[in-house]
Amino acid sequence: MMDLEALKSDLMARIDAAGDVAALEDIRVSALGKKGEITAQMKQLGGLDPEARKAAGQALNALKDEIAGALDAKKTGFADAELNARLVAEAIDVSQSPRPAKMGRLHPITQTVDEVIDIFGQMGFVWAEGPEIEDDWHNFTALNMPADHPARQMQDTFYMNGHSGDEGSLVLRTHTSPVQVRTMLSQKPPIRVIVPGRTFRSDSDATHTPMFHQVEGLVIDKTSNMAQLKGCLLEFCRTFFRAPNLTLQFRPSYFPFTEPSAEVDIRCDRSGGKLVIGEGEDWLEVLGSGMVNPRVLEACGLDPDEYQGFAFGLGLERLAMLKYGIPDLRTFFDGDVRWLQHYGFEPHLLPSLVRGR
Amino acid sequence: MKFTLDWLKEHLDTDADLRAVTDKLTAVGLELEEIEQSPLASFVVAKVISADQHPNADKLRVCKVDPGDGTIYNVVCGAPNARTGLVSVFAPVDTYIPGKDFTLELGSIRGERSEGMLCSEKELLISEDHDGIVELPDDAPIGMAYIDYRDINDPVIEINVTPNRADCLGVRGVARDLAAAKIGTLKANRPAFTGGRGASPVSVEIATANCPIFTYRIVRNVKNGESPDWLKRKLEAIGQKPISALVDITNWMTLDQNRPMHVFDADKIAGGKLTVRQAQDGESMMALNDKEYSFDPEMVVIADSDRVVSLGGIIGGTETGCSEETVNVLVEAALWNPSNIARTGRKLGVHTDARFRFERGTDSASAVEGLDIATQYILDFCGGEPGEIHVTGEEPSWQKAIEFDFGLIERRGGMAVDTATATTILTDLGFTVSGSTVQVPSWRPDIDGPADLVEEVLRIIGLDALPTTPFTRPDNMPAVALSAHQRAMGDLKRVLATRGMDEAVLWSFTSSEVARHFGWDAGSQADLLLANPISADLDVMRPSLLPNLIMAASRNNDRGYGDVALFEAGLRFLSTKPEGQLPTVGGVRMGAAQPRHWAGGTRAVDAFDAKSDALAALEAFGAPVDNLMTDTRDIPAWFHPGRSGTLGLGKNVLAVFGELHPKALRALGIKGRMVGFELFLDKVPPKKGKPGTAKPLLKPSPFQPVKRDFAFIVDEDVSAEKLVKAVRGADKVLISGVALFDVYVGENVPAGKKSLAVDVTLQPTERTLTDEDIDGVSEKIVALVAKNLGGELRG
Repeated sequence: MMDLEALKSDLMARIDAAGDVAALEDIRVSALGKKGEITAQMKQLGGLDPEARKAAGQALNALKDEIAGALDAKKTGFADAELNARLVAEAIDVSQSPRPAKMGRLHPITQTVDEVIDIFGQMGFVWAEGPEIEDDWHNFTALNMPADHPARQMQDTFYMNGHSGDEGSLVLRTHTSPVQVRTMLSQKPPIRVIVPGRTFRSDSDATHTPMFHQVEGLVIDKTSNMAQLKGCLLEFCRTFFRAPNLTLQFRPSYFPFTEPSAEVDIRCDRSGGKLVIGEGEDWLEVLGSGMVNPRVLEACGLDPDEYQGFAFGLGLERLAMLKYGIPDLRTFFDGDVRWLQHYGFEPHLLPSLVRGR
Repeated sequence: MKFTLDWLKEHLDTDADLRAVTDKLTAVGLELEEIEQSPLASFVVAKVISADQHPNADKLRVCKVDPGDGTIYNVVCGAPNARTGLVSVFAPVDTYIPGKDFTLELGSIRGERSEGMLCSEKELLISEDHDGIVELPDDAPIGMAYIDYRDINDPVIEINVTPNRADCLGVRGVARDLAAAKIGTLKANRPAFTGGRGASPVSVEIATANCPIFTYRIVRNVKNGESPDWLKRKLEAIGQKPISALVDITNWMTLDQNRPMHVFDADKIAGGKLTVRQAQDGESMMALNDKEYSFDPEMVVIADSDRVVSLGGIIGGTETGCSEETVNVLVEAALWNPSNIARTGRKLGVHTDARFRFERGTDSASAVEGLDIATQYILDFCGGEPGEIHVTGEEPSWQKAIEFDFGLIERRGGMAVDTATATTILTDLGFTVSGSTVQVPSWRPDIDGPADLVEEVLRIIGLDALPTTPFTRPDNMPAVALSAHQRAMGDLKRVLATRGMDEAVLWSFTSSEVARHFGWDAGSQADLLLANPISADLDVMRPSLLPNLIMAASRNNDRGYGDVALFEAGLRFLSTKPEGQLPTVGGVRMGAAQPRHWAGGTRAVDAFDAKSDALAALEAFGAPVDNLMTDTRDIPAWFHPGRSGTLGLGKNVLAVFGELHPKALRALGIKGRMVGFELFLDKVPPKKGKPGTAKPLLKPSPFQPVKRDFAFIVDEDVSAEKLVKAVRGADKVLISGVALFDVYVGENVPAGKKSLAVDVTLQPTERTLTDEDIDGVSEKIVALVAKNLGGELRG
């Protein structure tokens, strides 16, 4: 039996000195391989008496494990060093910009419509729509504006080719109210509809564009009254403008399709050169409203002695401008990407009252 | 509608101040527009203590002026009448001088300090007098505001009178509303002349249904001079120019009584007779506004034996108008058909106070009273001998009785109002209430039924007095407010934005020159033109959403923002019928799909960006995108014929996409490439699906999928989509995916051919695939491609 301690220190020294994985493998073969030094010693155990064999076997096994362990440790060290070297070599400048991914924006009108629908939806209104080219019956006559009615001149109407205001004229709808008429003609009360949409008037200056958006609400049942109209609009304005203490002022006015009619102002503050909605000493006109005129119900085939209700309308651009501080109406329809990216809304910002958005 | 506070108080007995009056006007529905205070508030009565020759200027004087505030001011003045002891009008520094349109500054004139200004009437804009500074009596109180001294401090109130309230186009009507609202009491009306002797030398015949009543009277031997100061001041206060007493009286009657009338110089009427009749073609008249009008037979005129002398109810003619020489005046008050007045006024584009009132409906019973009040004014201002009144025609029937259930006020208003209160309000407004019957006064043709009476009561009480009652929804939980289409449209928009497209909202109209290049047919679709466009480049309803989007993209490019991705949702117009106005989404991209970046990947947008947008949007909308076929037949002319396609289900085209035709772009003045798509949402079939919310059960296979690549040589005109379809069709169970990963034309591929390489995924569900299984599918794929498309496996 050779001196195991000497063998061990020889092997350990060689492992220590090994410069790469191949050298380690050579050592492993020379020590633990079929013809290796430790293997050779194992083969000689058979010639020993049982006592000696046991002791020598244990010692050899221990040496074998120790050498194998040392080889593995050294090998792992080589692998780590190699990996570290690779990682160092792979280093990048992470301050460089990532690959661009642009997010588009929704137009403020779309967002505002969704917000309005979200609020009125809570009050049981459903979204209704109608055509943009209308006939004068739906746009005027059925709304208690017969031909030559002075209120028709209040609205600078676009006429379609070949028409000029006579009966049967085709017009670009001057308001969303014809959808009220279409709704009443096509469904039975109770009715609660909210109608956002494009409207058109032949007017263009700093505060008017030939196309703009209105949103209009209609309630028809047997009991809804002016006091509830006030409640409905107060809830809407407080929720929309996120001004829980906002108050409204109702001024009698005139719309041919409502009776009584009221213009509605919201409380605001203009002191300090900045508009604040919901507090202060000033009033800002935002809405037109009233009880549906019995003549309109009649025109739509509803008995005014049985049914009643209210309607209201407001300008969507104005709502958006007030809520989001957009200064100029005319910029809404430019398609200027700078404006859209600035005043538009990320697509994931779907309005939701319960989410607080 | 403008009037002054003092003027209002001639009809309304009230102690209310300006603010209380104007607040109440708004509260009852006569919305305050503006209060104009006199711009002369800073001018004061002042005494010239001394006026000495200016040392350096012959024509100037240096005055010491005492405006009564304890300070003596040095004023350099050029007026010839600036003299010691004169009481005149002084403006201190910082006063705005309306006649000179400047604000006075502390100055030095030729070396002499000037601390204010002595003013002429012209500088105050109260007359044309500029001969010298104002000369006031010696006893004019020094220090008093000049407007108070002259009594020209009356604030002008402007209100917005809604079209239904023609009765408030006269100050008396406004006063009546305010009296009903308990801010004062209505005074007796202006004095009216009664009586008169002798028939008019001019007779009147009504020969049209558009004039129900015509009343008139001759006043002989008048002297038509200037109106009295009080009348001139009131007319001037509201911006009207006094002309002569007779003319001013008619204007005054219009503004004060809402009773338009007319005065003829009776001696200029030919033939001793006026006929109220429909005009004849070709008749014309020089009107009092110095414009000549030509009439058509729908218009109503007043004519003497020679010519038209007045356009009835709208404007009189110059030839028979009153002047300072007028001796015998024929004064008339008539009623006119509102619709006819409106049409005539619109056709001729003539805007007068008379038209404005008659087309809204004046008091049907006011002709006789109006004539009598005007007669009294004529006698007061011009003297003369009035003749008897003549009434031709009849007062139209205006009487209207409404059966009124007073409970309707609560039913519609949501607040109980006791009958006594409601009755008082209605009575104060001129209604006659007896039991449940309410008689409507002659001046309220707008009152149509019980709902109008509810409004009268509520507006006088004030809408702010109504309670605010919660408006609750019918069910505990809100119902769905959106239709499937509306919901899908919202999803579509949000998906396109997520893909980097900005949503634009553009005009529903476009230029007909442009529209012609995008499918609008000037012949068959001429009805889509606007009769009165706001401008020539917005004169037709858009046949497609693309042209406005293209122009918007181009504007961004012109501004230096060349990488643009825009979409819009709206209607395209194929006809004027509701079913010809179709829901559509358009989108365009230009510039780089990926901007320049250190990591590379920069590329320009191409047709496949548009295709990808279209497919993503259609999928979000709920269209069956897996079944869509790309086609290149029937491409609209505004798309690149070789780089565009349609997406459809059979013959039903849902979308078009691709590069836009250079000619179409050029028609819009655009160079360079642009891609776009348009989705015809009306063509998307309704979504099929079982009711319920459960998704179909997922059955993930426990077996590994296997991928195999195939490259085929096919004729160049074989579409990739057909190849993919053919491969898929080889084994519809096993083949779970086919992806085109290479398209190659060039070396090693024969001319007229191309190589298409696909990556086929086989997903076994029952057992692991053997080599035989895979070979079997491969053979089927190769055989099917050969059979259907003549393609062969690339060697």
